[in-house]
Amino acid sequence: MSQTALAVERVFREESGRVIAGLIRLTRAGASRHGEDPFQVAEDLFQEALTRALDRWPVEGVPDNPAAWITRVARNAAIDRMRRWSSRERSLAELRDASSEPPQPVEADASDVDVFPDDRLRLFFTCCHPALPQPASVALTLRTLGGLTTAEIAKAFLVSEATLAQRLVRAKRKIAEAGIPYRVPPAELLPERLKAVLSVVYLIFNEGYLATSGDQLMRGQLCEEALRLGSVLVELLEGGSVGDSAHESRRHRAEALGLVALMRLTHARRAARVDSSGSLVRLNAQDRSRWDGIAIQRGLEELDRALSLRAAGPYQIQAAIAALHVRASTPDETDWPQIAGLYAALLHFARDGATEQATPIIELNRAVAIWKADGPERALPLVQRLADSGRLANYHMLYATLGHLTRALGRLDDAKEAFERALELTDNSSERRFLEGQIMELTNGVAGGEP
Amino acid sequence: MQYLLLIYSDEKIGANMSEAEQQQLMADYHAYTQELVTAGVMRAGDALKPTTTATTVRVRGSETMTTDGPFAETKEALGGYYLIEAPNLDEALKWAAKIPTAKYGSIEVRPIMVY
Repeated sequence: MSQTALAVERVFREESGRVIAGLIRLTRAGASRHGEDPFQVAEDLFQEALTRALDRWPVEGVPDNPAAWITRVARNAAIDRMRRWSSRERSLAELRDASSEPPQPVEADASDVDVFPDDRLRLFFTCCHPALPQPASVALTLRTLGGLTTAEIAKAFLVSEATLAQRLVRAKRKIAEAGIPYRVPPAELLPERLKAVLSVVYLIFNEGYLATSGDQLMRGQLCEEALRLGSVLVELLEGGSVGDSAHESRRHRAEALGLVALMRLTHARRAARVDSSGSLVRLNAQDRSRWDGIAIQRGLEELDRALSLRAAGPYQIQAAIAALHVRASTPDETDWPQIAGLYAALLHFARDGATEQATPIIELNRAVAIWKADGPERALPLVQRLADSGRLANYHMLYATLGHLTRALGRLDDAKEAFERALELTDNSSERRFLEGQIMELTNGVAGGEP
Repeated sequence: MQYLLLIYSDEKIGANMSEAEQQQLMADYHAYTQELVTAGVMRAGDALKPTTTATTVRVRGSETMTTDGPFAETKEALGGYYLIEAPNLDEALKWAAKIPTAKYGSIEVRPIMVY
């Protein structure tokens, strides 16, 4: 790639959100008055500026600050556009409106980029408004605040570009027609709304992390993008006073940081998570030397910063659990008693509806931690009760866990039955191989210990 | 912008209320309506008689078909509405959440089309 193309691509990846958010602020009122979609206007202006850079930089050389150059060109194009709108409707009111926009020096200073840091924060809340369907929020957030093209997002989510474009159009139309505001929500709405924003970011991450089908490269990019969006959000929340009290504002920052730490610590294990044949490797079988030490260090620091704000929340707890896993250099060194305690705390939040994680999954994870910490006798009744409740009747991990526990307690027939049930419930090939091995051993009368 | 707040609820709940509960609900609605008026956002609002009184009309070609009952039998039925003025969806949602029936029914918030 040429130097120009590299520089332009970089601005697109890293500065899209900042520039587009600023352009939306500038042109939004005018666009709405003229029946144009403010998101589209901003994207077009940004695109124009990128194209201009591709034309001019090979001749003039790449400027010292490419982002500032492109921002300035896009802003000037925005101002031109607003003048055109104004002259089209020469009413006095129109001119008055235009002059009440923020100051618009034609040769805008490069530092203009940062004059309104709240632009992106507002945009986060608009894109992730609960009145939009979540898949639309995900696409819109990636398109406007992240640096991904429509084609890339479509590829990552395994939908056609036309489908994704349609999803974006519908979302933008609803924003305009239902009057979804473009603002940082007032204090009383903030807890609900920030939760929606965080869950969209986490959804983007999980889409990249959990799914095993689709383009590997694209999926990695989704994780990176979610991490970047999360970090930007933390930065924005730290920059402004969001919420009506110091405590509330601390609570919001703590959870955003907790989410970033959780994603960072999870992502740090990515290389060890899949073996050479593409099968998933369970945590206790992963080659820990392949974990990303730098990411772990960074994630632990982020978690410390979150915890120092002293406002616990579900993302911080999940990050703390991830931290205890990555801190252990072998599976045996894992601090299971503390993990069990953290799952109990998470359960408390889940029952209040503060996390989207299903309560029975958390109960199962807590039972596993208790098994590792205190032995199978204490864990079995908890897992048995879950199985009896029927709440995870289709979850293979419940029966796999039941199999391990009953076998450890010498109830071999029960163990075999549980492993067989688990086998019926999973399509994952490495899981199936593992379960078939367990069933084979039990059939041949071998009573093993833990896997 | 103007928004229509459509109030849906299970009619059985209202029908099974004690006299005192019904009076309380009426008082709550009265207070809510007063709040809308005081805030200057109230444009219109009415309660509807139950769906047992509804009649549905459809014209297909030259034929008019009249049927008994609401257009769709649903567990929660439209029972009333408010038309309010609000600067954005969040404000409209805030008012919707304050409707007394929101505690057990559902409020659908729809922006009014401007021609």
